[in-house]
Amino acid sequence: MGKILRLVGRRLWQLLPIIVFATFVVFSLLQLVPGDPAVVLAGDYASEQRIAEIRQLYGLDQPFLVQYGVWLLHALEGNLGRSLLTSESVSQLILYRLPNTLLIAVYALVIAGLVGVALGVAAATRVGTRLDAFITGLASLGVALPSFWLAMILVATLSLGLHWFPTTGAAPLLTDPWSAIMHATLPAVALAVGVIAELARQVRSALIEVLNSQYIRTLRAKGLSSGAVLWKHGLRNISVTLLTLLGLQVNRLFSGAVVIEAVFAIPGVGSLVATSALNKDFPVVQGVVLVLVVIVILINLVVDVLNALLDPRAAEA
Amino acid sequence: MTHVETNTSSPVHAKSSARGERLLEVRDLSVSFNDGNDWFEVLNKVSFDVKPGETVGVVGESGCGKSLTALSILGLLPRRGCRRTGQILFDGGDLVAFGEGDMRKVRGRKIGMIFQEPMSALDPVFTVGYQITETVRAHFKVSSREAHERAVAALAAVGIPSPSNCAAMYPMSLSGGMRQRVMIAMALVCEPQLLIADEPTTALDVTIQAQIMDLLEELSQRTGTALLFITHNLGLVAESCSRMLTMYAGQVVENGPVDEILSRPLHPYTAGLLGSLPQAKHRKSKLPSIPGRVPSPRDMPAGCRFAPRCTYVEAGCRMSQQLVGHGARHARCWRSDTLVLPGAAV
Repeated sequence: MGKILRLVGRRLWQLLPIIVFATFVVFSLLQLVPGDPAVVLAGDYASEQRIAEIRQLYGLDQPFLVQYGVWLLHALEGNLGRSLLTSESVSQLILYRLPNTLLIAVYALVIAGLVGVALGVAAATRVGTRLDAFITGLASLGVALPSFWLAMILVATLSLGLHWFPTTGAAPLLTDPWSAIMHATLPAVALAVGVIAELARQVRSALIEVLNSQYIRTLRAKGLSSGAVLWKHGLRNISVTLLTLLGLQVNRLFSGAVVIEAVFAIPGVGSLVATSALNKDFPVVQGVVLVLVVIVILINLVVDVLNALLDPRAAEA
Repeated sequence: MTHVETNTSSPVHAKSSARGERLLEVRDLSVSFNDGNDWFEVLNKVSFDVKPGETVGVVGESGCGKSLTALSILGLLPRRGCRRTGQILFDGGDLVAFGEGDMRKVRGRKIGMIFQEPMSALDPVFTVGYQITETVRAHFKVSSREAHERAVAALAAVGIPSPSNCAAMYPMSLSGGMRQRVMIAMALVCEPQLLIADEPTTALDVTIQAQIMDLLEELSQRTGTALLFITHNLGLVAESCSRMLTMYAGQVVENGPVDEILSRPLHPYTAGLLGSLPQAKHRKSKLPSIPGRVPSPRDMPAGCRFAPRCTYVEAGCRMSQQLVGHGARHARCWRSDTLVLPGAAV
């Protein structure tokens, strides 16, 4: 247990430099985006003087490093500022939109976890059969398919063609769960396919290695059922691979959400960050990046802790 | 070294000796593998038996079929692309005819097995105690507490100091010798009638080897468990076994009491193995060895399989060889009556 607490402490300590680094990089990249928020804010036919005033008002005339420093100080106090374009509080904006993104990300992760592991196990226990070849082929295809293309195909067939699912938008999960799930299904499936393919491939190869190991033979020689050997010992031994992979796939889901939310017109943080970046609305972009970085780091922390609990070898490292 | 034919009051032992003189009877066991195109035979009509409480050694070079014989007794060969014929009579049944469910009741319960590599033969992500407890619970309906107590007792029986601490450890924190003790504890925790030990000491240091061998002998004598001891180390067989068989290229080429075979082998291959044992007289001279190597199952010589490597080869060796009886002994060599082969000075 001491080992695990130390692991958590070490990871939390790393959180701060990672956040500073990530937000600084994003802030720098935003400077390269063409366009000037002051011009947008000033409206049509604004005078040069008006634009200069607005620039001063929002601190946009300050040097780049000063602007970043001011934002960081406020963020550390818990104040993410206001949107340059709408004057809405950034934390409010994120709070409204994050649930939509989390819903499709978690939904996609659950689908991918169940289907990906099932396919991987099915292939690994039937190596060299037609089913194995079929699953391996499917996985190669799934890795190669772009999610936005798949999203459009899904909309065209299941939604516009068969009317099984709504085409665009989102619904609040708490007040209207059924509609929320229906709205989130196609985006989640589109996001999940790449993850399923990745999981199926990795689970297959990790499980094949484990099942061919000496200790699996020992387990069979002890008289254990093949079910206990596969589901208890086999899965426990690939759990580290599996969890680490799932942790990495979360990053992929968040980045994929930017495109998928655009395709399905979902008001999530992905579409928020896309529009804000185009308008150089840096407080919003920075706020979203901050929140996503924290989420990703915390998920990886959870993965590391689970790994250490599930595999004594991971706890040593 | 004494060879006590144990006759303990163990119920397991008593039951099996009441059934007859033989605990395990392997009859004409042949195993073939399919590589996708052809079937090729890796074991050819292997026959031998093990009496209750007896220690039988199986010797031969790597690739002679020793481990395959052990694995096919337990039905642990791959299910696909593998064919077994013949009989493995054990405890009133023929294991070759057993389905997976019946076989599972035999494995670990009636026949225990320990493997060569203690480093990789234990599951790294479960504690030692859990892995032994799991074996107990696979075969007996007992509470987890009682299973744990049996596991700790089994660890104590194999000479592990502070067995309850050891039960809470993962295999990675144990040394090779300790892991092999754990393997033995796990194989014996359900008190099987037969223990198959496949090169149990090969991966260990010499001093640890001796300890593990002593432990195996002591345990098999104390519990009346018969031991099928597979090794390429003839010295260990000489020390611990009462009978032995020599395997070559998937066939049994010689069997009989250890003392007699060692003093006067009947098959040139056994003689060759004995000649390859390092002895004081070989100091500073080249250690004698058998020229050539074990033939591949896909490319078996016609006639005597050992003929291409044999120093005593003659025209008659082109014929297929049968096991020839010599009292309690057998040898797969038509010249075994007349050949006088050098034994080992034991």
